[in-house]
This record gives sequence, C-alpha cells and structure tokens, in this order.
Amino acid sequence: MEYLLETKDITKRFGGLTAVDKVSIGVRQGEVLAVLGDNGAGKSTLIKMISGVYRPDEGEIFIGGKKADISSPMDALAAGIETIYQDLALAENLDVGANIFLGRERMKRRLGLFHVLDDAAMGSEAKKVLDRLDIHIPSLRSTIRTLSGGQRQAVAISRSIYWDAKVLIMDEPTAALGIAEQRKVLSLVKTLKDQGIGVIIISHQMYDVFEVADRLAVMRRGVKVGERLVSETTPDEVVGLIVGAETVGKKR
Amino acid sequence: METTARPGPSEKAAAAGGFGRGLASFLGGRWVIIFLVLETVYFCLKAPGFANLNSAQILLFYGTQVFLLAVGELFVVVTGGIDLSVGYILGFASIIFIKLVGWLSAAGMAPLLVTLLGVAGALLVGLIPGLINGALVAYLNVPPFIATFSMLGVCHGVSELIINGVYAMGLPQFAANFGSGRLLYVVPGGPTSLFNRPNVERGATVFQIGPNIVLAAIVVIAIFAFVLSRSKFGRHLYAIGGNVDAALRSGIPVKRRLVQVYALSSFLASLAGIAYAFMYVSGKPDAGASLLLDSIAAVMIGGASMFGGSGTVIRTMVGALIIAVLEQGLRMSGTPTFNTYILVGAILVLAVIMERYMPQTRK
Repeated sequence: MEYLLETKDITKRFGGLTAVDKVSIGVRQGEVLAVLGDNGAGKSTLIKMISGVYRPDEGEIFIGGKKADISSPMDALAAGIETIYQDLALAENLDVGANIFLGRERMKRRLGLFHVLDDAAMGSEAKKVLDRLDIHIPSLRSTIRTLSGGQRQAVAISRSIYWDAKVLIMDEPTAALGIAEQRKVLSLVKTLKDQGIGVIIISHQMYDVFEVADRLAVMRRGVKVGERLVSETTPDEVVGLIVGAETVGKKR
Repeated sequence: METTARPGPSEKAAAAGGFGRGLASFLGGRWVIIFLVLETVYFCLKAPGFANLNSAQILLFYGTQVFLLAVGELFVVVTGGIDLSVGYILGFASIIFIKLVGWLSAAGMAPLLVTLLGVAGALLVGLIPGLINGALVAYLNVPPFIATFSMLGVCHGVSELIINGVYAMGLPQFAANFGSGRLLYVVPGGPTSLFNRPNVERGATVFQIGPNIVLAAIVVIAIFAFVLSRSKFGRHLYAIGGNVDAALRSGIPVKRRLVQVYALSSFLASLAGIAYAFMYVSGKPDAGASLLLDSIAAVMIGGASMFGGSGTVIRTMVGALIIAVLEQGLRMSGTPTFNTYILVGAILVLAVIMERYMPQTRK
C-alpha cells in the first residue's frame, strides 16, 4: 500500500550541526509508525519539518504520493497533517467545544444583523467527535483546567480528528500521564488506527511502542539507523539500535 | 475510553467537607456581590441622604469615566496585558474634542454638526495612542507595562503642548445641556418632558430620571459586554490570555488581535474623555489621571486574573460600583476623599487574596 505521508532524504542543518541527515520515513493509512531515539537524536526536528515548523534544507515530502510544499504550520494543517505537541496547546480557561473550534469558531446569525458564537452547536459537534472516538467527558461545559491529563490528551486528539486529520503526529503522548491514563490514550491510538488514520508517535516508552505501533524507525545522531516491523523485532534489539550497541546497516 | 472528571477547585473544597470549606466555596464566587450589597446597606444607614434615587444617579454620573475605562482595561487584561495609559488618553481626547469643536464653531458650522464631527474626530485621534501601544506590544515585543507607561507620558506631554497652559473650555449650549441633563423630567401632578427641564418655579419638586451621559455609557458598555462574551473576537482574546501558543497554533491572528484590543481600550478611554468634556464643558490633560487606579482595581476586584484568560464585563462593573459606592458614601458621610484611595487599595488586596484562597469555577 502506498504511503499516506512520506519523506525522502530530508535534511535539516542548524549552522554546522546536521540535526536530521537524509531521513526517509513513511506512514500508511491505518498504520502506526513509532519514531524512537535518544535525546538529541533528531526526532523533534524531523517532526517539525513534517508539521511545517521548519523547512527542510534538502529532500522532499510527499502526501498521498504527490510532492507537497509545506512551508508553514498552516500548510501542514491544510494538507491534513495534525500535530499534537506535548503541551497539547489547549486553552485551559475555555471549555471542550471552544477548544475544538479554536480559531475556527462556529457562528450563528442573530436578528439577521450580526454573528454570535454558536456554543450549543460547537458543544454538540464536540460531543459527536468524542463519541466517535469513544471518549467520555462528564461535562463538556467544564473548562479544560478541570480535566485530567488523559482527558486533555483526548480533547487534543478529538480536535485533530474533527478537522479531518489524515496523518496525526503525537509527540510523547503518554509522557505526563499516570499508568491508567496511559492505557486509555494507547487504546485511543488504536481507535484512530481502526478509523484509517495514519499515526506517527514519538516516544521513549518501549512499552507504548510495542503496544500500539506496527512499524518503528530508530534515529541516532540525526540519522535513521534502522526500521523494523514491530512483529519482527524485540525490545532488546530496539534498545541496541537506539544506543548504537549493535552495528546495523543503514537503510536509506 | 472511560474517564472520570477530576473535581474542579470548588468541588474539591466542598468535598473536603466542613463548614469553613463550604463557606469558602460559597463565598468564592459571590463575595464581590455580597460586599457590594453590604457596603451599600452600610452607607444607606451611615450617610445621610445616601439612600435616595438622586444620590444613586449622581453616583453613576460621576462613575461614568471609571465604568468606561474599566471595560477597556478588562479587554486588555483578558489577553494578559495591561494598559496604563488610559487615564491620560482620556485627558488627551477631552482636549482634542473641545479644541475640534472650538475650531469648527469658529468656521461657522451649525452646533449639532460641530458636536457630531467633534465626537467623530476625537474618537479617531483617540485611536492613535492605542494603535501605537498595540503595535509596540504585538510587533516589537515591548512588554505592555512599558509600552503603555511610555504612552501615558507621551499623551500627558502632547496634551500639555496642545493646551499650552490654558484648559480647553466651551461647548455649544445644547451639548453642555445634554452633558449635565437627564432623559426624563417628571413634575408630580404636572407635565412630563424628555431632555428639557420644564419651566417650574424654583424650589418646586421635579423628579429627574436617567442622566443622559450614564444612559449613553450603559449602551456602550452593554455592546462591549456582548462583544467580549459572544463574538469571535472576544473568544480569541480569552484564548490568547489562556494559552498564547494554543491561540497561535489554532491560526488565531494573535498580533492583529493585540493591536485591536489596545485600540479598543484607547477608544473607550477616548469615549470617557468625550463624556468628561460633555459633563464639565472642559478638557484637561490630567482629567483622568486619578482614574487609572480605580479602573484597574475594578477589573481586579471583579475577579479577572492579571495573567489573562478570565474576567467578565458584568463582574468588572460590580467591581467599579464597589469603588463608586465607597467614594460617594465616604463623601456623604463627611470623610475626606483621600481615605478612598487607601480603602480602594485595601479592597484590591482583599480581592486578590479572596481570589487565591476562595477558588471558584468560572470562565
């Protein structure tokens, strides 16, 4: 099956430092790709090029098989690439519906003269997308501040899905969560996968990767040092790749 | 995915049990309104003449400037900023208005046209300080405190240059009448008239209802309350104050919104300045100098966080009323007015402490 999103030999340099060196990865529809690597391996830089924060110095990005020119986060969003950063980017003082529709508010006409926020419609749309992902939040009118870490993650994911994400990039989705909530987020990732979304997860947690990912790519010092099907590898081998204890042929 | 809600702060307080916690939780959201009621009752008992219709109207009349400034200040505070220049923008606009009216009258225009053009001109010129504040904050990353503090000085200086030592004075008679007039005059057992005081003997009873300036201000405030709570623009301001990164990443034009919000604050300060000129038929640089403390205090007492993302126009107005009642109550009970400054300062600190220790769930 063809890749939904693919990078070919993308490179990013900061001054003399090559943060990402000719990396090629791809994710298919309904597939979870995990990107692993130690701190400073270049995972974040790679993701930021895909999500439009940085522009690659070399290499190309293909979306649905066509070469894409992603020069800003808005371009990435328009192409259906949604990124959920660790800080989630939710306005904690607003409710669930307001966050899902942030920057793209639903309005209604009053007296034929002016437009007002349609909080009722945004609330019911929020409920629909939460139901679709089987997420239950007791009151959609409560502010994000009153929600748990897992619930916040769920809201952030719902927002991406509502706006037709084809590819969802998640940066350490379970890092700040308790054990029970980690499992919920992982089951949510499986739900996304079942709905045909391509998911790229950046993670340190070996457990997460083996729980939800189909394939994994390992980076070290800016280079992709290996790619494995999860079903054909072991945590030991992956750790070896991450720290560089084994010699593995580069796949480019 | 099954998840349960983490209790909100007030729910937590209530769940912790005990009368004290319950009371704290109850007071958390309501102490401001309770304070206003208690304060009003106190002055009704303590200050002779406080408890009557006319006293209430005078209170609102003299409070007009603070009400308008506080609304503009609230908009800025919701984004996490602050506008220190509003008091001197008020004075600046009052001078521009009187001067424009003077020039246009000298050019031989009709009084009504002169007044309308004067208002429009003063509002336009009054936008300039706000646009500069906004541009400095949004595009040059100058901290709001510094940008608006500098603008305070600039507006003061420019105002002094314009008047050159003599207060700006004079308006067409009808404008001055409007400024100090009421909507409705009722003579018991006699005629009722709109806008014009009926010709009755001196000393005869005339009920005067609805100061024009106050009514105009209420309309303006209601419009801005609606804008903050129900418009896309208002929602964006809360988002910017709540999490500016979230606002940026959702595609909200944060820089443009910031320029707009400082311009809006400047606009309301200019309206307050024009209202001042209508009321006192004069304009002077320091017309609003002492009102900065009151307007910021009103916003804070109304429960808005200085870090942004919270506050409503209604609560801000309750905060402004607490200050207005205090000022008039003290004046009418014969206490020197500088006591007001001390008490406003004290209530402000009380408000922040209440906010900290009596949490509540609200936007």
